[in-house]
Amino acid sequence: MSYDLKMRVWRGDADGGDLTDYTVEVSEGEVVLDALHRLQATQTGDLAIRWNCKAGKCGSCSAEINGRPRLMCMTRLSDFDPAETITVTPMRTFPVIRDLVTDVSFNYEKARELPYAELGPRDADGKRRMMQVDVERGQEFRKCIECYLCQDVCHVVRDHEDNKQHFAGPRFFIRYAELDMHPLDTHDRRQLAQDAAGLGMCNITKCCTEVCPEGIHITDNGIIPMKERVVDRKYDPLVWLGNKIGLRNKDNDGRTEV
Amino acid sequence: MASTDHGVTSPGRAHIEARTLRQDRWWQAPLTTFVVFSAFVVYATVRAFMGRDYYASPYLSPFYSPCLGDCVEGASDFGQPFAWWPLSAALIILVFPLGFRMTCYYYRKAYYRAFWLSPPACGVAEPHQAYSGETRFPLILQNVHRWFWYAAVLVGLVLTFDTVLAFRPMPAEYALGDGETSGIHMGLGTLLMIANIVFIWLYTLSCHSCRHVVGGRLRHFSRHPVRYRLWTWVSRLNESHGKWAWYSLFSVAIVDLYIFLLATGTIQDVRFF
Repeated sequence: MSYDLKMRVWRGDADGGDLTDYTVEVSEGEVVLDALHRLQATQTGDLAIRWNCKAGKCGSCSAEINGRPRLMCMTRLSDFDPAETITVTPMRTFPVIRDLVTDVSFNYEKARELPYAELGPRDADGKRRMMQVDVERGQEFRKCIECYLCQDVCHVVRDHEDNKQHFAGPRFFIRYAELDMHPLDTHDRRQLAQDAAGLGMCNITKCCTEVCPEGIHITDNGIIPMKERVVDRKYDPLVWLGNKIGLRNKDNDGRTEV
Repeated sequence: MASTDHGVTSPGRAHIEARTLRQDRWWQAPLTTFVVFSAFVVYATVRAFMGRDYYASPYLSPFYSPCLGDCVEGASDFGQPFAWWPLSAALIILVFPLGFRMTCYYYRKAYYRAFWLSPPACGVAEPHQAYSGETRFPLILQNVHRWFWYAAVLVGLVLTFDTVLAFRPMPAEYALGDGETSGIHMGLGTLLMIANIVFIWLYTLSCHSCRHVVGGRLRHFSRHPVRYRLWTWVSRLNESHGKWAWYSLFSVAIVDLYIFLLATGTIQDVRFF
């Protein structure tokens, strides 16, 4: 069954643009990206859209649909009333290139600022061993497809352009957490996370978790544990006392601050 | 229109004037939080400053427990080291549960959204010109949440003791029917206190700091199987931390209100035995 879908799509570039109304024929079972592709094929050949896998695994087609950051390929039209007008805009946190395509290089710059894992020496047989139970927390974060919807929705940079310089964002906080939980990594990134990455800027309002298409518990399993690790280092009286009297948490032995 | 030229309308971003294009009722959740939390704060403030009607034997209001000031007879199970305190005894102890909740990761989310509109909802621009998060005084003090958690565990133990005491025989003046009983007693107040202490413990033990302290801070779960097991239990509770925060907020207020109504003679305890 097909019907005419009313859409408002942002058209323009960095110099300006506007929401433009369209009507496009769509079919049952389609997603927003399908509707935009049909629009592109039949009415607006120059509509710029970034997309790739159409399966929610490449993280390319991030946009805002009715004001909510979402993947266009994973947003079913059946979630909307057929009479409803669907508004599609580019992500509003990043500079726009054209139409629905934004320049997300902010995220690549932040990725470069994050020291990669530095593993300790190998075992006598030349191998490295990790227990599954020690790595499974980090494996949740490896589901990240780098769609940057969490970065887009985070009000720290979305509503304050000037914070971009000092704030890595939720996608990279889970990377910090993943490495800090890594059983073999020898770097201690707690100071770096707090200072250079701006972990303290996060006020844990959890929008990153709400929009994550992979369902990663960014706040509860990544950011808050990372904040708690920073507290361990700086603010906990019992940890301080334990260090003073020699009852140290030996789990962090062999790590050096970066 | 609260949009500014440093946020979603910054130069270079897609030019859209609207503060948000969301069409759902995004304001409903922060508004509900605002109304309920405000009501609780007003109620708790009034009750904390009243300094009376907090004890109806054998029930002691959780707002006044442990009652360390110049409390009414029977209310001070841990002595009165602050008998010189001129104000309400609730003010001595409430700072701990209050601090615990104020610095709680869930409550922070809730009140940053509902009261400070930072942000009011996801994808809705906040009205503030500048933002420094929790990097400066006073919000950097949110990092002491763990200290309050240590205190909250002690308060939880005291409230558990109070709940046990709520099974004591009840004086005839509060009782229905034939008055004083010799054995253990159970009334609606006892049930409310049991429900309250269950929610208080679920809230306290599901805390993110608790999750970290029991095992989350470790890098090698495999070397600490007991702590790993504890961590998995707390993690399971932690998924509903927000729910326990709300339930315990209501339960503590309801228990206090019930005891207030008993102490003022407005109602009589419903006794089961």
